[in-house]
Amino acid sequence: VQADGTDGNCVTFVLHDEDHTLGNSLRYMVMKNPDVEFCGYCITHPSESKINFRIQTRGALPAVEPFRKGLNDLMGVCQHVLNTFEVRLLPEERRGL
Amino acid sequence: PLAAAMAAKRGTDEMRDRVVLGEFGVRNVHTTDFPGNYPGYEDAWDQRRFEEAFRVDIIREEEGALEFDMVGIDAAIANAFRRILLAEVPTMAVEKVFVYNNTSIVQDEILAHRLGLIPIRADPRLFEYRNQGDEEGTEIDTLQFQLKIKCRRNPQAAKESSDPNELYFNHKVYSKHMTWVPLGNQTDLFPDADFRPVHDDILIALLRPGQEIDVLMHCVKGIGKDHAKFSPVATASYRLLPDITLLQPIEDEAAEVLQKCFSPGVIEIQNIKGKKVARVANARLDTFSREVFRHDGLKNLVRLARVRNHYIFSVESTGILPPDVLVSEAIKILMGKCQRFLNELDSVPME
Repeated sequence: VQADGTDGNCVTFVLHDEDHTLGNSLRYMVMKNPDVEFCGYCITHPSESKINFRIQTRGALPAVEPFRKGLNDLMGVCQHVLNTFEVRLLPEERRGL
Repeated sequence: PLAAAMAAKRGTDEMRDRVVLGEFGVRNVHTTDFPGNYPGYEDAWDQRRFEEAFRVDIIREEEGALEFDMVGIDAAIANAFRRILLAEVPTMAVEKVFVYNNTSIVQDEILAHRLGLIPIRADPRLFEYRNQGDEEGTEIDTLQFQLKIKCRRNPQAAKESSDPNELYFNHKVYSKHMTWVPLGNQTDLFPDADFRPVHDDILIALLRPGQEIDVLMHCVKGIGKDHAKFSPVATASYRLLPDITLLQPIEDEAAEVLQKCFSPGVIEIQNIKGKKVARVANARLDTFSREVFRHDGLKNLVRLARVRNHYIFSVESTGILPPDVLVSEAIKILMGKCQRFLNELDSVPME
């Protein structure tokens, strides 16, 4: 992860060894944050596996905060999906199949 | 005014929830429900609202295939799960083939390529990844298999027979001829384990008398991104739930034509007061061939759409791991990725 930007509000993170899998889902979670003015990602070159992930915030919020919140929210989503899926796999649920 | 407001709300609801298939293109493809786009809608992320709306339904579960529905999730995350299932769930597959003797017609490299593609029944969670420069392979990251087979002529065969099954022994090399050779303390680590290819009847090569194959194979743990042989799914795909609406009642011959436009079982014709009336019975079965747009009389009476956040996943496993385990592993891998970046954020100070 590297970060560079003019002030703390607009930051471009360079994520190595990542592609659309994390990029698009993280972009969706960050966009759901009302403090974020702009969020996008791009793959600099298809031969290199790294993405440029840019966040611009409204007001004086440092851009690292929505990034962190997006990652935490995505973890929360995955955890809930995993729990729901595993509950459905239990024998008593399956008996209804 | 109230009717106009209701119609406008229906319009925006449609834009938010449905992907509409028009005659010449698809509309409302992108997710637009981000905070600030629609006044009056609460779009900011709310874990509790997500958990209330989200559900998973398992539709069909077979030997190696699983069909389940995920409702209430967005395309970005559903696609992330699909991509991880295809490319990032690890499995064990043959990586290095040490050829001691190969006098068959199949060239060494072709034989090695074929051996690599054979799915190996070994739970990859019991093994580690091999370190970068390590050539030898230790017992915690390598599985060793041996394939040693020689074709002989059958002395008891009839003189005039031309059936190779009768004339020769071992002329077909199957995957069942691969035997596991335990390394180091693997017999103690895995006392009940039975490591072998998933299918016994994969034909590897054909031999004739005097030809033999003697190879030693090392299996390592890898992911599909590295080489497609490591992909654990035959395929993993999803589609959105179809939503067919009849904008006006359709009767008699038009109803018959409508029924033929869609996949069988989608449109049902009921007899109401002597007239045949069409009704959408089960939109889920439709494969959306859009045949209805070829009939000018019908194309404006039907709205073809897909529900934006209802995903019908279909996961077919190659047999290494059962499909429900694969989906759980995929979700855990996405969590692991997030955790990795959270850890980096906390450890590296940002200037």
